[in-house]
Amino acid sequence: MSAVVFAHHAMTPAERLRDAGWIAFVALVLGIPLIGLTTVDAGGRLEVATRFGLLAVFVAVAFAGRLVLRYGLDHARARRLRRVQAGTEADDGRALAQRVVTVLGWFALGAAVALPLVFSGNRYVVDTATTVLIYVMLGWGLNVVVGLAGLLDLGYVAFYAVGAYSYALLSTQYGWGFWQALPVSGALAASFGILLGYPILRLRGDYLAIVTLGFGEIIRIILVNWTEFSNGPNGISSIPRPSFFGLEFSRRPAAGEQSFAAFFGLDYSPMQRLIFLYYVILVLALATHVFVSRLRRLPVGRAWEALREDEIACRAMGMNTTNIKLSAFAIGAMLGGFAGVFFAARQGFISPESFVFTESAIVLAIVVLGGMGSQMGVVLAATLLVLIPEFGRNFAEYRMLLFGAAMVLIMVWKPGGLLSHREPTLRLGAAAKATEGGR
Amino acid sequence: MAYALQQLINGLTLGAMYGLIAIGYTMVYGIIGMINFAHGDIFMVSAFIAVTCFTLLAAADVSSIPLALMFVLVVSMFFTSAYGWAVERVAYRPLRGSTRLAPLISAIGMSIFLQNTVQLTQGARVKPIPPVIEGGIELWQTPDFTVQIGWSQLLIIVTTVVLMVAFTWMITHTAFGRQQRSCEQDRTMAALLGVNVDRTISLTFMLGAALAAVAGVMVTVYYGVVDFFIGFLAGIKAFTAAVLGGIGSLPGAMLGGLLIGLIESFWAAYLWAEYKDVATFGILCLVLMLRPSGLLGRPEVEKV
Repeated sequence: MSAVVFAHHAMTPAERLRDAGWIAFVALVLGIPLIGLTTVDAGGRLEVATRFGLLAVFVAVAFAGRLVLRYGLDHARARRLRRVQAGTEADDGRALAQRVVTVLGWFALGAAVALPLVFSGNRYVVDTATTVLIYVMLGWGLNVVVGLAGLLDLGYVAFYAVGAYSYALLSTQYGWGFWQALPVSGALAASFGILLGYPILRLRGDYLAIVTLGFGEIIRIILVNWTEFSNGPNGISSIPRPSFFGLEFSRRPAAGEQSFAAFFGLDYSPMQRLIFLYYVILVLALATHVFVSRLRRLPVGRAWEALREDEIACRAMGMNTTNIKLSAFAIGAMLGGFAGVFFAARQGFISPESFVFTESAIVLAIVVLGGMGSQMGVVLAATLLVLIPEFGRNFAEYRMLLFGAAMVLIMVWKPGGLLSHREPTLRLGAAAKATEGGR
Repeated sequence: MAYALQQLINGLTLGAMYGLIAIGYTMVYGIIGMINFAHGDIFMVSAFIAVTCFTLLAAADVSSIPLALMFVLVVSMFFTSAYGWAVERVAYRPLRGSTRLAPLISAIGMSIFLQNTVQLTQGARVKPIPPVIEGGIELWQTPDFTVQIGWSQLLIIVTTVVLMVAFTWMITHTAFGRQQRSCEQDRTMAALLGVNVDRTISLTFMLGAALAAVAGVMVTVYYGVVDFFIGFLAGIKAFTAAVLGGIGSLPGAMLGGLLIGLIESFWAAYLWAEYKDVATFGILCLVLMLRPSGLLGRPEVEKV
């Protein structure tokens, strides 16, 4: 792989200023209608308020930011150019990076197992960590569809909703337990995946994305409007929590049941349940990881990756692309369903509010930002996307703004994702080396 | 019968607005082959600009309605096309020629960003403006129902027709139109023949945004309320319209928009109003399954 670097003459200071001035002008034009002017409610009718001070700050920031950015980019390019000319561009840093990622993975696993023991008194940390793990699990599920099979699914949240609602209904209407409902809900989500997938999988990438988005919205609209079935926008509450082999996590267990604390002779603490829930999702997520990694080594997993790289070639080789796509869709849906069951059990309350398009976008962002197909990338991206807004709680209203900006910036900076490696899982050994060398 | 006629008028009005937004999707898809996910939010930004303008004009005591409308249209189109330009420059141009998914993700990010920018700078509450155009013509009076076409509805339909004619002329007869179509066919070849591809793509985004701005002003006039979330649904419906008509085809976008508008208003009137969005999505799925090239589109040939 050789890098192409274009050599430019260095910009003169005057050029830099002109460039930044142009950006400042654009910022001014963009800023006038939204920042400079706003309408405020003045006793039943709107009035225009001006914020020219803020606008001036915005334009100044754009000007300075452009100067710094331009300078930084030029600097980076010059360095890269020098490196390429000296011929020292490291090409085999990849194996090393791969090894580092593996080591980090084991380290992260250790940290994940130890976390609730270290922070056993801190509800906030355990709660946040559980949220991270839910997103990791969703990300790994979607990774099968998007990362491995290359099918863009914008309605993943539909399967999450199917899982959550089937557990909620099974448990509140029919008294099913968490562990009984888990496989059934997963199977339901998977069959929804097949049901949706069968007619639409002939579509090309972008169309598929829009149809899945539509499907996600349809599910949500039905959940909102079909009140007899889903209790509409009010949602379903008092969903039972999972128990530890029949031991409940409550201060006073129901008649004939025993509580976890009493059985082990511990003092009752609400943290026990939270920590238990954390371990449940950790186990579920790890099971997902092992499952997906094993699948990747099976013919079906290889077929997914082949399909992602070139569908026409796959068909020419006599592969049944519909079945391969369906299996990816169904397995992704099933994993999403599992995550949904856990979500319902953890919250104890679900409503259609939790299954909006933004949620799908967040999960997709996790997969793509992490680097499609990379399992560790998903963990990294999920952690980042959950934690960054948590650290920024003080400006909670900027949360989604930062989120959107981060999606754009990371894509522009690294279109392949943070930890991207789209290497084939199979290599042809020496033969491949030879062709690569000859290129 | 009278009721149906009224629904027809409402549906045409709605469809004209969807059609205007759909053109932006179709042109962008035609030239760079991506769904501009942020287009619905560009439309939303334009509606907010229109609200600000109308409020300013009301404060300045401008009483001439045609003058006020012209002013709002021009201002809104100018600023909105600036937004269209900036979105392309920041979020899509650096990703041209990378993987298929990258620009789509960046577009979704852009859409979230725009929505939240507007929410933060303009407030999350619904913005109502006093009705700009009132009254209409009574077309047909039956004992229990009066069919009426509002002046605002007439304005929307007429403006859309005029714009469509002007736009079609521009694409078929001007130098820019030729460049635009050549870029759609083959960007590399167009560049070799001296077409400034970057400029053409930027202009395409600006034009799409300007048409969305017209739709934004119309929505503000027609409904009188605007909030930061209107872009999402309007965007999806307009995209459905573009797909229904055949993506890449301008008359198709308009036809698709009208059909979606009609279907939506008839569905809401005669079937279940609360499931009208399901109808749109259902149509989208059906069209894509049965006739992926749309009504007026050319079937796409896959070359190996």
